[in-house]
Order: sequence, then C-alpha cells, then structure tokens
Amino acid sequence: MSDLESRLSGGDEESPLLSIRNLSVDYVGRSAVRAVDDLSLDIRRGEIFGLLGESGSGKSTAILAALRLLPPPAVIVSGQVMFEGVDLLTLDEGALRRLRFRRIAVVLQSAMNALSPVLSIGEQITDVILAHEAASRGDAWARAGELLELVGIEAVRLRSYPHELSGGMRQRVGLAVALALRPALVVLDEPTTALDVVVERQILQRLAELSHARGFSILLVSHDVSSMLEFCDRLGVLYAGRVCEVAPRADLESGARHPYTRGLLDSLLSRHQAGTRLVGIPGAPPDIARPPSGCRFHPRCAFRVDLCEHTIPPLFAPAAGRALACHRPLQLVPPDVDASVPPRRTP
Amino acid sequence: MSEVPKALLEVRQLTKTFSVRSLSGQQAVTAADRVSFDLRGGEVVALVGQSGSGKSTILRVLAGLEAPSEGEVHLHGKPVLGRGLRPTLAFRRSVQIVLQDPFASLNPVHTVAHHLERPLLRHRLVSDRRALALRQAELLASVGLEPTADFLLKKPHELSGGQRQRVAIARALAVTPEIILADEPTSMLDVSVRVGILNLLADLKLSRGLSYLYVTHDLASARYLSDRLLVLCAGRVVESGPTESVIQEPAHPYTRQLLAASGLH
Amino acid sequence: MMLLRGIWDSRQARLGLALLALFAAVAALGPFLTRDPAAFLADPLLPPSAEFWLGTTRQGQDAFAQLIVGTRSSLGIGLLVGVLVMSIGSLVGLTAAYFGGLVDDVLSLIVGVFLILPGLPLAVLLAAFLEAGPLTIAAVLVLTGWAWNARVVRAQALALRRRDYVLAAIALGEHPLRIMLLEMLPNMTSIVFSSFIAATMHAIGAQVGLEFLGLGDVSQVTWGTNLFWAVTNQDILTESWWTILPTGLAIALFGFALAQVNYGVDEVTSPRLKVDRAYTALVGQRTGLRRLLTPVVLARSDADRERTSA
Repeated sequence: MSDLESRLSGGDEESPLLSIRNLSVDYVGRSAVRAVDDLSLDIRRGEIFGLLGESGSGKSTAILAALRLLPPPAVIVSGQVMFEGVDLLTLDEGALRRLRFRRIAVVLQSAMNALSPVLSIGEQITDVILAHEAASRGDAWARAGELLELVGIEAVRLRSYPHELSGGMRQRVGLAVALALRPALVVLDEPTTALDVVVERQILQRLAELSHARGFSILLVSHDVSSMLEFCDRLGVLYAGRVCEVAPRADLESGARHPYTRGLLDSLLSRHQAGTRLVGIPGAPPDIARPPSGCRFHPRCAFRVDLCEHTIPPLFAPAAGRALACHRPLQLVPPDVDASVPPRRTP
Repeated sequence: MSEVPKALLEVRQLTKTFSVRSLSGQQAVTAADRVSFDLRGGEVVALVGQSGSGKSTILRVLAGLEAPSEGEVHLHGKPVLGRGLRPTLAFRRSVQIVLQDPFASLNPVHTVAHHLERPLLRHRLVSDRRALALRQAELLASVGLEPTADFLLKKPHELSGGQRQRVAIARALAVTPEIILADEPTSMLDVSVRVGILNLLADLKLSRGLSYLYVTHDLASARYLSDRLLVLCAGRVVESGPTESVIQEPAHPYTRQLLAASGLH
Repeated sequence: MMLLRGIWDSRQARLGLALLALFAAVAALGPFLTRDPAAFLADPLLPPSAEFWLGTTRQGQDAFAQLIVGTRSSLGIGLLVGVLVMSIGSLVGLTAAYFGGLVDDVLSLIVGVFLILPGLPLAVLLAAFLEAGPLTIAAVLVLTGWAWNARVVRAQALALRRRDYVLAAIALGEHPLRIMLLEMLPNMTSIVFSSFIAATMHAIGAQVGLEFLGLGDVSQVTWGTNLFWAVTNQDILTESWWTILPTGLAIALFGFALAQVNYGVDEVTSPRLKVDRAYTALVGQRTGLRRLLTPVVLARSDADRERTSA
C-alpha cells in the first residue's frame, strides 16, 4: 500500500470497509458533464462518516454511482469501489443485488415516500427479510417488530399502513427496513429535511447509538453542516465534484485547513457570536458543466495564488485519516488572516 | 424611550381553520390559533416553528393571500384584514412578501426585467420608460446584482438560487413597502450563500427602515436577524420575547427542542 | 418559444410539420390550380388517368379537384373548431382553477353537464335541425367539444395556482385576468397545444362523419360531402375506389401529421422521452424503462474522453 493509501484509510490494522479510488462520473448528453472527478475516499468499520457538499458538489452522484444506482444518462468513466474485497464496479446485476441490503443498505431522500400504500408496514419489512433470507413468515414478523422497536416505534404499529403514520415515523420505517438484514454499511442520502427538524435529529441520534452498539458503519450524505458536525466521526467535504478535505470532526472544529471548509464552517449561523456579522463565502458554487480551471474553488478563495488558477491541487494526506487538496492549506492555528476580505464580488 | 411608538402592524386573535376531507370524514384543522402580536417600525420579528406549526399560514394570511377565519389585523391603526375586509392595493404597497423556493418564486417564462417592471407599472410608480429603466437598475444594484444591464435580460433558469432570491427581494422592494414578510427565504439555498442573503436583508432593513416578519424553522438564522421571537407550536404561540433572552433562557420545552435541533445548545 | 424550439428538435415533429405545411399549401392555393370540382366535365366513373389524376365521379366531375378543393373547407373548419375549443376551454379552466371555491364549483358543474351530453348524437340532432352548412357543424362541434378541454386545462392550472410566482403576483396586486393569461397560461403551453391538436383531430373526424351522414350542406365541396356522394352513388358497388380512398387517405394523413407534431410536444414536456443518442452510442443500450445498473465505461485516455462528449 502506498503512503497515501495507508494514510487515507487511517493506517488501521483493518482495511477499510468501503474504499473508493479515482471515481469519475459523467452525465452524457450533447456534451459530457463531469459530475464527479477523481474521487477517493475511505469509510472505516464502525465509523459515522459524513459526506458534505453544496449544490453541484457531486456528493449524491458519487455515492449512488459507487453503488451503481444512478439512472441514465450517468456513466462511470473511471475508478474502483472496493467493498469487503470486491470491486462493485465489476459486479453483475445478480451479484450486486445480493450485496445490496444484505451488506449495504441505502436510505434515499424520498424513502418515506417509497413505502407502498397498500401494504402494512409489517408486511413490507417482512417482504424485505424474506426476499433475502430463508426464514419463516412468523420469524420474519417477529424480527420486523424488533426492528420497529429499535427505531423507536411500538411493535403494535406493524399492522398500520403508511398513510396512518406521520412523515417522521415513515422515515423511521425506512430506517428499519434498511437495518433489517444487519448490513455492514448504512448509507443515508439527505436524511434531514426542513419538515421535522426535531424528529429527524432524534432519528439520527438513534442511528448513531445503534451504530455504536452494533458496529455498523454509517455514511451520511448531506448539505446540512451543523447536523453533520454533531453526529459524524469524520467528514469529507466535496466541492464541484472533487474532494477538498477529509478530517475527523474535532480537527475540523479546531481548524479546517481547506479555505472552502473554513468558509463553510464560518457560515454556520449556529456558531457565530451574537452581535457579530458573518461573511459566508462570496459568489456561488460553479456550474459543473463549465468548471473553473485549476482548483475549482479558486474564484471564491481569499487565499489563492497564480498556481491555483492553472493546476488542480492533488489530494494528499497530511496525517492519518485525513486528506487535503489545496496548494496553500491554512495553518492549524485559528486564522488571524482576515478571511472576510472577498477577492472579487461575483454575484 | 419616553413613549412606546404605536405598532405598525397589530395582529389580534388571528385564527385560520381549514376543513380537510380525510378517510375518516370531514375534519377542521386549525392551522393558526388566536395568534396575537405587534410589529413595530424598523423591527424584525421572527416566527419560529417546525413544518405544520402554522407559521407559513400566518404569513400567507398577513400577505393577503388567504382570508383569516377569525381575528383582525390593523396597519397604522386601521383595520386591513379580517372578516369582510379584503386587501386593498394600498395594503399591497405597504406589505410585500419574499417566499421560500428560489426555483418557484420567479415565473420561468419571464425575464428579470419583467419581474421588476410589473410592480412598478401596476402601482404606477414610474412616469415613463426612462424612469422605469432607472428604477429597475437601481433595484438590482441595491440587491447586489451587477452589472444590472446583464441581469435584466436573464431568465430565472440562467440564475443561481441566491441570485433568484435577490431578484425576488428586489421585486418586493419595488413598491417601497414598509413591511416585508419573508417565509424561509434562505432554507433552500446553499449554506455558503445564505449568509449573503441574510446580510442583504439586514442592510436593507437599516437603509430603508423596513420591518420584517421572518418565518423560519432555524433558530440560528432567527437569532442572526431578529429582535424579537415568537415560538409557534401547532398554531399557537407558546413563547415570545426578545430574541436573545428567549434563546438564553427558553421557558417552554418545545423551544428547547428547537434550540437543540438548530444546533444551539 | 421554448416549446417551438423543442418541437423542432424532434424528428417526428419535423415530419408532421412538413406534412401540415403541405396541407396548408394545398388548402390555400389548390383551388386556384385545379378545375371546377362541381362541373360535369367528362364521362362518369372514369378511372385515374393522365387527364384526370383521380378519375371522375358518378356525375362526371373531377375527383382530384374535389379532393383539393375539399381540403380548404375541411381543414378550415377543423382548425376553427380547434382554436375555439381551446380558447373557450382554456378560459373556463383557468377561471375555475384561479378563483376556486364557488366559482370553481359552478364552472365545474357546467363543464360536467356538457361532458355528460352524448357528443355525436347531440351533434347529429342539432345538425339535423339547424340550417345545414359547415359553420353549423363548427358551432355544434364547439358546443360539444369545449368541456373536455376545460377539464384538462383546469387540472393543470390547479397545479400552477399554488406556485410561489403566482402567489407573488397576487401579493403585488395584479388583476386576476392578467395573472391567468400572462402568468399561468404561458407555463401551460404544452398542454394547451396538445389539447388543441387533439381537438382539431377530433373536429375533422367528427365533421367528416356528420357530413358523411348527410347532415352537412351537400352542395358544398368538402371531404365529408365527397364521401357522402360516393356512398350515395354506390361507388363501392362499382368498385370506383378513386372517389373514396384518396379522401380517406387524406384524412388519415392529416391525423398522422398532427400526431407526429404531438410527439414533439410530448418530448418537450417529458424530456426523458427523448432518446439520448449520445448515451445510446456510448453504452449500447437505450434509456428504457427498465432500471439498469449504472454502466461503467472506462475511458482509457483523454482521447476516449473526447469521444464520450458526443
């Protein structure tokens, strides 16, 4: 394993659970748009990993592509996705289907709308169990009850229909279905919406508790920085289809090293001191059909130099479990540099 | 302060019920339940609560988009909304709205110029084409969209989410309102763009003496922008007061839950 | 305008438009270039020849001239009905959706009544009682056809009614009529256009049908009356196909042309229907309904990558 390799995975005794290398995804059309560019990431066993990004960052695209769930016109053009020793990109449909839900469970954003309205939730959970395992219906039903209890719903609701449950409860049912076959990895795409912030936070809390108790890994894909910071062990930040920074939560809080991450954290309203004025990051995320040259963040970066305009910064590992792609990363001490000076006002 | 200034907007016992047909028969849903509060000049009042708490309903009633079932609203001491009262054009000049979804707040078939032209023409605020063009450029500049000539010709799909919200704000400003009702104006925007919009709103408030009713589920942004806070749960105001004190010492358990969910502990 | 460009993108729509242009040219110029269709010119029931391209009728009239001249009336009435049905239906649908409440209830009731009325029998009845002629037929078809259009427009308009930009327009104090016609309607062009096409197709078919039954003015030359006379003269028995078949084909071809243009409209409203040629070329399979695995197409070099950007 190269130095970068071992550092990306944290240099642990175990190899990572999910290991993505050089993944690139295009949307094919009149001209190809590169939505994800040369992405490399590791998810370790038992960790809660948050993939953070704004619009156009490619975070959902990357993960769905890694799991081969992206609809046309998406095409994977390079890379490797190693899961428990197997490259997911080389599997056929049958092998992949056996893997899905058994080892990797995915809860999509619209999971609560994915429940069939004509079956009770108990039937739907047992269907999932029986589709993958040889068990009796009675046993499956009992397990379904346990799963509901696990996510905080009384087992008696097994007989309820989806329309009799609130949105928050349906989301929990989606989670229960995901956990039904005891996967090693649970992927959640945009778990928090503005609908029911209180309940969603409770769900994430419960999920974190379960993860620590049972040892499965969680991959959260979201744009909600504050909840990710609350629940994740490590975070990866994407911008315009490329990785900017990967670091443990504590490191990011004490001092993110990529200017974008720093700007993002500084934009958090929940962290600002009362009475001060936040600056945010001037400009807006770029159109991925026409990305900036060199480092994609450079037009909005207060610290850029000429190099940033021409050359894409390579991904390197400053320490175990960390990754950084920046020509001039910020120092570890909190900056005295006035990051609030915007280079150029781009609307 | 020797005299408490009379409130600009007085909301008294505002109630809105809907009848909902469900599988179990007809039901009356109370979206807003006897809500009362004041909004003073130059002040920002935040209405916070989750989805379903009734905050958006209240905003829509105050914008004259729905009629209240009970209760009255007074502007400058005169009744403007309530039983038997329909919003007048003058009311529409005083009270404007900015809505949540940047992808839906602008009509996809019309240019930015059209969006800014309509309020100016409808309320007869300009005398000729030249005045119109000047005013349009002025509005775009005041929301930070420059060069204004470029932006006037663009259609919504050519703008980013943040830019669209800026146009929506410019549209609301066109009639020189006294009050702007903002329904989660930043919740659908990227995190790094939100602060820019909130700062813009704060600046405009100061430069134009506006008052805002700011509706949100995110207490952190409410704290950033507002002077006073009303916490809504199931259509009822469960707590209210100056923003900082409500956040430092929440009295109601629901408020505490919201605080935690917004990342403020 | 996006709609027009979108329609142009579709190969099928271009074919349809070309055919429609042909029909329009025939309708406009044809009558000047052919002989008088009502004149008794030659022996009856002559098969097609160099002199009479579609032969002659039982009365010795030029069948080709009858076809060409008939185009003007049939298409004209068909389009007129289509436009009127679309206009009345859209106005009613928009009004019902915009105002909601009592207005919606009343209008929907009226629409419902008209929908229940059996179209063809009523059309036959009215045409039989009123003064025969194409305009009567047009009136009858509009009366029996507008309701369906209204319902379709109302459904779509209801969806738009809650959009934020409509609410913003109301909050600005815009007049309801302006909002309906200038804010909502422009966002509904696809469905309005689609139902216009459907209404026109239906109108032409119904018009021909009524005239075929003898309810039109049989002294006028239209596609329908051509067929009426052909049947009355028992041309089938004499195997004089040239008086019947061409007219039938013309009707079918026009319907076909409209249907092709409709495909173009459908593709604008649902871009997924567009077969993405670049994707198919790259992956070797169509973007069908069946969900496949995201394909892995490894671009070995930059040259490959250029190739993938079709």
